Order: sequence, then C-alpha cells, then structure tokens
Amino acid sequence: MKPFAYERPTTVEEAVALAADGGTYLAGGTNLVDHLRLGIREADRLVDLTRLPLDEITERADGGLVIGSGVRNSDLAAHPLVRTRFPFVTQALVAGASGQLRNMATTGGNLLQRTRCVYFQDPTTPCNKREPGSGCSAVEGFGRYNAILGASEDCVATHPSDLCVPLAALDTEVVVVGPSGERRIAFGDLHRLPGDRPDLDTTLDPGELVLAVEVPPLDFAVRSRYRKVRERASYAFALVSVAAALDVHDGTVRDVRLALGGVSHRPHRARIAEEALRGRPATPDQFRSAIEAELGAASPGEHNAFKVPLVRNTVVDVLTGLTEGSAA
Amino acid sequence: MTTLEPRMLEPEAPAAADAAPTGHDRMRVDAPAKVTGTAPYAYEQPVEEPLHLFPIVATIALGRIAEIDDADARALPGVRLVLTHANAPRIRVRTDAALTILQSSEVHHRGEIIGAVVADSPRVAREAAALVRVTYDEQPAELGFSIDDPRATVPRRVNAFKHGSYERGDADAGLTRGTLVEADYSLPMEFHSPIEPHAVTAIWHDVSALRPRSTRLTMYDTNQGTGGHGALLAPVLGLLPTQIEVISPYVGGSFGTKGWPWPHLVLVAMAAKRLTGRPVKYAMTRQQMFRTVGHRPASKQRIRLSVEADGRLGAIDHQSWAPTSRLRSYVDQTVSATRMMYDVADLRTIHHAVVQDAAPGSFMRAPGEFSGMFALETALDEAAHAVGVDPVDLRVRNEPAQDPETGKPWSTRNLVACLREGADQFGWAERQPVGARRDGEWLVGLGVASATYPNMYFVPNRAGVRFTGGRYVVELQASDIGTGAWTVLPQIAAEALGVGVDLVDADIGHTGLPWAIPAGGSVGTFAWGDAVVAAARKFRRTHGEHPDEGDHVTATGRMPRGSRGYSRHAFGAHFAQARVSTVTGEVRVDRMLGAFAAGRIINPRTARSQLIGGMTMGLSAALHEEAHLDERFGHVVNGDLAGYHVAAHADVGDLEAITLEEHDPWFGATGAKGIGELGIVGAPAAIGNAIFNASGVRLRDLPFTPDRLFDAWGQPTASGTRATSP
Repeated sequence: MKPFAYERPTTVEEAVALAADGGTYLAGGTNLVDHLRLGIREADRLVDLTRLPLDEITERADGGLVIGSGVRNSDLAAHPLVRTRFPFVTQALVAGASGQLRNMATTGGNLLQRTRCVYFQDPTTPCNKREPGSGCSAVEGFGRYNAILGASEDCVATHPSDLCVPLAALDTEVVVVGPSGERRIAFGDLHRLPGDRPDLDTTLDPGELVLAVEVPPLDFAVRSRYRKVRERASYAFALVSVAAALDVHDGTVRDVRLALGGVSHRPHRARIAEEALRGRPATPDQFRSAIEAELGAASPGEHNAFKVPLVRNTVVDVLTGLTEGSAA
Repeated sequence: MTTLEPRMLEPEAPAAADAAPTGHDRMRVDAPAKVTGTAPYAYEQPVEEPLHLFPIVATIALGRIAEIDDADARALPGVRLVLTHANAPRIRVRTDAALTILQSSEVHHRGEIIGAVVADSPRVAREAAALVRVTYDEQPAELGFSIDDPRATVPRRVNAFKHGSYERGDADAGLTRGTLVEADYSLPMEFHSPIEPHAVTAIWHDVSALRPRSTRLTMYDTNQGTGGHGALLAPVLGLLPTQIEVISPYVGGSFGTKGWPWPHLVLVAMAAKRLTGRPVKYAMTRQQMFRTVGHRPASKQRIRLSVEADGRLGAIDHQSWAPTSRLRSYVDQTVSATRMMYDVADLRTIHHAVVQDAAPGSFMRAPGEFSGMFALETALDEAAHAVGVDPVDLRVRNEPAQDPETGKPWSTRNLVACLREGADQFGWAERQPVGARRDGEWLVGLGVASATYPNMYFVPNRAGVRFTGGRYVVELQASDIGTGAWTVLPQIAAEALGVGVDLVDADIGHTGLPWAIPAGGSVGTFAWGDAVVAAARKFRRTHGEHPDEGDHVTATGRMPRGSRGYSRHAFGAHFAQARVSTVTGEVRVDRMLGAFAAGRIINPRTARSQLIGGMTMGLSAALHEEAHLDERFGHVVNGDLAGYHVAAHADVGDLEAITLEEHDPWFGATGAKGIGELGIVGAPAAIGNAIFNASGVRLRDLPFTPDRLFDAWGQPTASGTRATSP
C-alpha cells in the first residue's frame, strides 16, 4: 500500500473540493481499504466522509424516506420506518456481511461497492475492470458467480450489493453533488452494464459524492421480501437474490416490483416480468412464465447455467409467498 | 462383542479436587491467557528493534526469471534489503527442493517465493515488494489431471509409507458376483486455513566465519513440532540442529499446514542472516496462505464394487488419481483405508499420481482417510440402496473378524458398537424411504458413514519430569496446536505420579526439551503420554514419594512390546440429517451425531472439542470448501476467506459427539487413541448420503453446492429454462 494523505472534512463543500483536488472518497472503508491493501487500487489522498452531516434518515411528507449516504447499514436496517414500510430493505441488509461490517458500511458505500469477481480481486490476473484492455479472465475461468444478464465479452462480473436489489425495485432516486453542482439520478440509471467499459461501474462523474438515497412511498411494499441464495448460510455474497413487493387484489396482480441480484453487472430490475404480471392472476404458473420471459435474454456460461432455473424458482417462491401472505 | 457404555461428551463441572486426574473434564490451562489476548503467538513475541519482511512471488507457473529490476524498491526510504537469487546465501545441503529457494532463476510454480524485501516497517516492505519488477521467460506448464490420465504413474509408496498399489484375491472375478455399483467421485483442492496464519521471527546470534559452531539461530514460529522444524531446517541453513532454537508455545490452529517447514522460514532466516543483529519478522497474509504452505491435493476416484442381495460385499476396486508437484512429490494415501475397512476378499486399490507444475501439496487433517472414505462410504450407501439393505446393517454385515489387509487381530475395533449406539442415539429408526420426508420446500433425509483413523505412532519419544518449588513439571517438545496438550499432559503425568493434577505443570513448545514427535497423525496424547508415564514412573523409582528441589529424570516412551502384532485403528460412525431446498438447491445440515470408539478419553472436554471440530470441518468440506486452481495461470484464484468458504456458525446445527468406553493397551500406556483426525473422516459422506435420502440426488463431487443440485435436476438448455426440481 502506498502512503496517502488523509483528510477529514466536516462539510460537503470541503469534501467535494478535496476530491476535485485528487482525493478519493472513503466511507466505511469495508471495500476500499481491502483494495488499497491488495493493490487493486491506489490513492494519493483519502477523503474520509464520516464527519459529514449525512447520517440521518428523515421521513418525507409523502411517506417516503430520505436516507443520508453516511447512514450505517446496521442503523438503516434497524430503523422503524424502514422495517415497517420497506421490510425487504431490512431483510437485504441483515442478509449481508457480518454485524461488524454492517456497523461500518454506509448506504453510499454500499451503492458503490465493487464486484467480488475473483479475478478482479487478484491483481496478478488480467481483468478489464481493474486494468482496461488486459482481458477478462472470468469468461472462461471460475464462473459460478458470473452474470447471466447484460454481460459483455469484456466483463461478466456481477454487482455484489444486497441493499441495491430492493432499492432498484423501489424507483429510488440518488442525490449526488459534484464540482458542477447537485443532480438527481434515477436508481436504474446509476449503475452501468459493462459493455466495452467495464472499468466504469456507474454513471457518476469524477468527484461526484452521493448525498442521499430518496425512497418514494410505496404502500404495498409493507408486503415485500428479499430472498438471498447462497451455499453458506451466512456471511457470503449471493449466488442470486430476489427482492419483490406484490400488490394482489381479488387474486389479481394490481402491481408488482421485482429486482434481481447476482445476475448482472448492475442490480437488475425485472421490468419485463413486472409488465407480464400486472393485471394477471397471481398464480405460480403466471409468476413462472413472467420470470421466464425476463430470463429469455439470459446467456449463461458453463459454470453459471444453474442461475437461470435458480432465479426462476426463487422468484416463483417469493411471489407465491407474498400472495399467500396477502389479506386480499 | 462386549457391551459398551456410551458417554455423552457434554461440558460438565470441573472435577472435584480429589478426583482421578484423567477421565474427567479439565478446563484448558491456557484458556485465560488466550481469551485475554496475553498468550504470545509467534508474531507477538517481544523482540528488540525488528525489521519486517514481505516476499516477492512468481507470477508465472513455469519458466525462468529473465530480469529483476529492484531499483524503485531500493530507493524507497526504509528499505534495508532486497533479497533475490542474485544475492541470497547459498544452500549447500539440498534435502528438500521446496526449501531450496533463491538458488537459481528457475520458477517451478506460480506463487513460488523468488525474493523478499526487508524494511523498517511491514507497510514499507509490502509497498517495496510491489515495486520490484520481474520479467520472465515463460514455458508452458502442465496443469490439470483426470481419471485414467495417460501421464499418471503409480508411486511405490504414498504418504505415511503406505503402498501405492495393493491387491488381494481376484477383484475382476469378484466384481462379477452380485450387483455392480460403479461411480466416480471427486474432491477439490482444500486448504488448512487455520485462524492464525503462518508467522515467524528469526534472530541470528554470534555469526562469525571464524567460529561457525558458535553461531545460533532463534526462530519464533508457529508449528506442530519445534524439534522437527529445527532438525529439518538446520541442514538447509548450514547449521547443526543444536544451533537452532525454535520457540512455538501457542499455535492458532494448524490442521497439517504447520507440520512441515515451508520455504518462508528459509526466506526469513536467510534475510535475517544478511542483516545480522536485527530480528526479522514476517506475518503471512491470508492470500499467501493459499500459495506455499501446502494443501490437500484434489482427488478423483473410481470405485467399482459388487454387492450380494444380503448386503455382503463381493469385491472392491478403488483407484485414485491425484496431482503431485514436480518440485516435491506428495501423494495422499487415499485408498489405503479401503484395504482394512471391510471384510472383502477380492480387492484392488491403486494410487495414481500426475505430475504438475504447481505448488506442493501436503498432509491436511486425516490425509488419505478423509478423501478415500468420502468415496468409499458414499459407494457403500449406493450399494445399500441398490440391494435394499439398511446402510447401517450393510456395514455391520461386512465387519471383518481381523484386519483383512494384514491378517492381524484388531487391538480393539468397535465400529459395530459405534454404528449401533450412534443409530440409537440419533434416531436412525425414523429414517424414511428416499424422497419421502418433506418440510415445506425442504426435503429432509438421514445419512450414515463410518469413520476410521490408524495408529501413526512410529518412533519413540522422550519426556522429563522435574520437581521444583513443590510442584512437578513435565517437559517435552510437544506442541499444543489447539488440541489441549498443555492441559492433558499434566493430567497424564499426575495420574502416573499419584498426585493431584493441580500440582503438575507442563513445559512444552520449544527446543531444548526432550525430543518428541510433532503433533500430527493424531498421536500426540497417547504417544507423548507414553513418554510422560515412563518419566513419571522413573521419577518415583529414582526419587521416591518425597523428592528434593531440582530432582529430575528423563525417560523414553516406546510402543508397547508386541503391539506390532495387532492392527491398531480408531473407529467411529457419523449420522447426519440434511435438508435440500427444492427451490434453491441449498443444503443445510440440521444435526450431526458422531459415535466414536477412540480408546480411553483423558479429558472429555478437550476431546469433545477435537471431535466436534473434526465433524464441523467435515461439514465445511461437504458444503463449502473448494479451492479453484485456474489451469491457465497455475494458482488458486479464490485464495482468501471471502472466496474460499469455510463453515460459519449459521451452517452448524445441532452437533453431538459421544464416545464409547474403550481402553486399548496396544496404543500405549494411557489406553487412549488419537482423536484429532477421526472426527472428520466420513463426515462428508454421511451428509451426502443424507442428501440422497432426502432428495434422491446422488452427489459424488465435493462440495455439495446448489449448482450441483441443479445439474442433477437437469441442465437448462442454452435458450431457456427446462430444468425442473421436484
């Protein structure tokens, strides 16, 4: 690890200015510090964000939430409004990492965590994401965790976040600020598909800082669920995960939100499946054909082919469970 | 067969002060120091003004170093030394190719140590090591192996001096009798992954060309045997064994990786010699734990067996294929347990090895028995299913009256009692037909497998007893790698001395003590115990019941006279309840029970830790552990604990170990057998067999991950999702 300068600004303006001057943002450090140690990334100047006033969760007048980017995962998971209005957000958070890591990890950092592809993590192997143009070792390598949707020949990495999967389902907006001012990004536009630039995980401009995540109200999210599949019962990244909220009335799907983790370079909002379900009977068969429509574009390799039936089964299970749990 | 009283191994209140020293719970004497963080592990030993080392490792699998450019590294403030083959001390006695480092430009495997940086701080050493630019002339490496590999050879001997090949009767003829069961099994490369990574500090004293015999080297290390390490390192470093002092009082787990000196020890000693007068320290990173400190080699096995309608086995043909490093050969004794386990007249067992340009493998907890018994005990479950015989009954029906390999009588063999008692305690009678038990989305099943581990006590040990300050001290080079030697050896000594255990201390974990074999092969308690009993008896003979301050004896413990006339093994039976999600293919293990007949139990508390620790590691192997060696590069690409999963707390359900009353005089004076490895052998097979009973899916490749269940349920086609789960 190279020596670096370490700054602890107390205002957002100061932080943005330091970043514009060659700084790298540091939040909980649960991802970046590993990368500095492993030589995946270098930094001349770390800008510690933990003293910024960004650690509040506030309720909007419409019932939505504004989550400061510095809110720790454990605090977000435990918040009464999150637990009651968006239970799948809490479920996703507590399914991730360990208690110690959740106490450090922040909301903003969670959005920006980088893939756990083993070749990205190993600086001695080629990786287009780490070293553009060096090649992708994962396409023909250890591939169990590889993406099945939206991958390119340059990158088959998946986004590792649990939290981002329900956030993708919720039409969240991300508020960011940079040298040229503040802007709002629809959650679905924050993360990129790899294409021929897998080094870019997001559409953030250099130096932009995540201020908050705004979650609009969604009444039927009180019946929502996050299911994470992994061979180890805790402390493991997802093979796949499913976040869903379902609004069923008289046996018919009035509305649905569905997102998938572990399948793509970004948290995957399953819009094809959602569209296929609205106004249709809330039955396992219908759920199954809807998710199969979503997975029609899947292009798995040899080692991750199981993800296709795994996603299908898990989605059918989660939606069926939500149907059975609904009062209507 | 005698009736055996089972004993529950649950923590109990410490024994009363007047209780017999052995056979009762004794809390670990080292526990307070460990839980308060004051036990000095290797890296924490206080030394004056240490320097810090970080290794430089090869990033090709085979070839030569063309050039090393270390200018940037040398220019970094705080760098004291860049050590490479160009300036390393010469090694004249080449006893071990893996230890003969920095002697040429050749690269034998990716991750091989090719140099080091020593600096004032660990951070600078690591940064400087990253600045060293190495260019190579690369050659194509041989990596990868398969069953029936045309390059394979049959070693004359494999690990633990077992024969590479062994046959009796006529296996081919025997396979024609009854129903044929034939399948291939595989295990991935596994890593020991103890919680304490390797760490060492080396300090040279009195280095002088004029008086070479006055030179001494002190190494604070973490290992399974200080004397063994010293003896093996001395010639490589140009020293006599008496010139090396090795100190290793506390060891944070090992499982075999600290049983043999690895090249980083030579590296640190070389660097410290170049920088005489300053201690040099090195703490291995977790990633480096997957490079040069051994591993359980991958294994592919083929079993063909025939079984009669009544469950009697006709013949077994069990063969294994495994990679071995071109640098240093190591082949697990994978099929050796098959030779003695069951009453089979017609048998063929062969080890095949395929040379690879990869890092050397080594022994890892129950080497050979672990891998081979996974395949054999799975195959027996397949045989039981094929002929409709209960898997417990099938094993009982094939119980041999004496060792079928050697013809010798068993010293003690209580496998049948373990199977029966374990079945009873576990509730085996509740087992349902395949696929019959469902709990929501989960299919639930029960499985069984046998366990065995041989007596590996081959060489005599020495121990001393000293009387000082009104207390007795038992002295020997034993090592406590988490097993409880600090606690148990005083128990054995107290019993032999006829005093309370609170009057006896241990002095272990450094050279300069009476010779004892390393903590390996599960021999520690009974082999060291023999020497301790001999020393205690000699002490009483020599100094009587009322010794004087400083009275001291040393004695040798030897295998009991006549013990070679017996076949000596420990046995056990694992029972597991597993559930398989029909939605996700996830496997969870609700409960496991192990019943073990392992001789006399000296300390039930530490024994239970060993046995449930072995069972947990077996569960971990069954569900999680899998190192992926990428044959394009030649190294393990998931080499850290985020990529290489070991069981977490949430994976471990209700674990229970029971031991049956047994006393085996042919293992030694204590009547004890080894328990460190017995608990892992067969555990993955019991879980796999439970998965079959639950789901009807027979998994023959470890670990049992969801993708394997989906593979069995039917691969999706390229275009869609045809797969169905039940």
